[in-house]
Amino acid sequence: MSVAVACVAGVRAALEAVRDPEIPILTIADLGILREVRVEDGRVHVVITPTYSGCPAMHAIEGDVRATLAAAGYADVVVETRLAPAWTTDWLTPAARRKLLEVGIAPPVEASSDKNVLRLHGAAVACPRCRSSDTELVSEFGSTACKALYRCRACLEPFDYFKCL
Amino acid sequence: MSDAHFTYVLRLGDNALVLGQRLSEWCGHSPFLEEDIAMANTALDLIGRARMLYSHAGRLEGRGRDEDALAYLRDEREFGNFLMCELPNGDYGFTLVRQYLLDVYHRHLYAALTESRDDELAAIAAKAVKEAAYHARRSGDWVLRLGDGTAESNARCQAALDELWGYTAELFTPDAVDSAMLEAGVAPDLATLRTRWEADVLARLAEAGLTVPADDWQAEGGRAGRHTEHMGRLLAELQFVQRAYPGQQW
Ligand SMILES: [Zn+2]
Repeated sequence: MSVAVACVAGVRAALEAVRDPEIPILTIADLGILREVRVEDGRVHVVITPTYSGCPAMHAIEGDVRATLAAAGYADVVVETRLAPAWTTDWLTPAARRKLLEVGIAPPVEASSDKNVLRLHGAAVACPRCRSSDTELVSEFGSTACKALYRCRACLEPFDYFKCL
Repeated sequence: MSDAHFTYVLRLGDNALVLGQRLSEWCGHSPFLEEDIAMANTALDLIGRARMLYSHAGRLEGRGRDEDALAYLRDEREFGNFLMCELPNGDYGFTLVRQYLLDVYHRHLYAALTESRDDELAAIAAKAVKEAAYHARRSGDWVLRLGDGTAESNARCQAALDELWGYTAELFTPDAVDSAMLEAGVAPDLATLRTRWEADVLARLAEAGLTVPADDWQAEGGRAGRHTEHMGRLLAELQFVQRAYPGQQW
C-alpha cells in the first residue's frame, strides 16, 4: 500500500466515499456530519458530530472513515467526535436535499432552531411523490430516529420525512 | 473537580439509562408498529444521552472508569436515578404519562444546562434539549389523545397519574449535591425548573381532562441510592452479560 501525502482536499475527496449507513445516498459531508478536516505534521484529523445522541450509525461512520482513509493510503488518522455546536438539519447541503427528494424522502421543510422544534407541528410537508401538501403525520418517528412518518392524502402513499432538528 | 460534580453528572446519566432501559422493554410489544418504532427510537436517544454523560462523568472522576464501567459495573445502591424512572412500565398509558412528566422535566432541565459553566455538560445539553423537546411533543400528544379519548383510556391515564404524582416531588427536591452545583454555576435552580414544569404539565393535564392528584404522599430516595424493589431486577437484566462474562465485547 502506498502512503498518500496528506492534503485536506485529497482527504475530503476520499471521504466522499463515506456514506450514511442508513441513508446511503448521502455522504457524511452532505449530511453535515463531517465538520472539519485538517492536516498537522502529516497527521490527518477528521472531526465528526453525531446527528442524534442515540444515532446507532455513528460508530459505523467512525469505522468507515478510518477504513476508507487507510485504503486511500493515509496512515496517520485521528477521528474526533465533537458535540458543540449541536448538529442541526440546517447543515444538510442543497445536494443532500435534492438527493433525498429523488429517493422519496421529504427534506426538512423549514430552518431549524430550538424554537421551531418546540412548536407543536410545523409547516405542511409536501409529498415527495405527487408534491401535494395535503399530508398528515402518522408518527413522530419513521424508519430511523431522524425521520418521521407521513401519509399523503392526495396519492395515499406513506413517506418518510427528514424532520427538522 | 469535586465529588459533587461527578455525582451530579452521573445521576443525570442514571436517569437517562434507567428510563431508556425501561422504554426498550416495549420493543416488539408496543400496540402497533409506528409506536414500537417511536418507543425504540426514544429509548435509543436516552441511552445515547446516558453514554455521553457517563463518559463525561468518568473523565471528571479521573479513575479510569469509562461509560461501560459506570453502566454495567455499579450496584443498585450506587445508582442515583429518580424512582419514577425505574418503575415497571405498566400499561401503555402509564408508560406515556410517566414519559410526558419526565420529558417536560428534561426539556427544561437541559435548556437550562446549555448555560452550565461545565462546557462539556453544556454541549451534551444542547443536543439533549432538542431531542427532549421532540420527545415531549410526542408524549404530550399521547397524553392528550388518551386523556381526552374514551372513558377507558381516560381512566387508565388518571390511574397512572394518581400512581405517579407522589414520585414527582423527588424531581425538585435539592440535596447537597444540587446545592453545591447550583453554587458552582454547573446546575440550574430546581425551584425555577419546577415553575416551568408546572406551567406546561398542569395546562396539558387540564386539556386532557385529567385531574392533578392531591399531594398527600411522596416517595423519594432514588438519588441517594435507596431504590424500589424493581431496581434490582432491572439491573440484573441490564448488567447480566458484563457480570457473567467480564470484559466481553461484540
Ligand atoms: Zn402524494
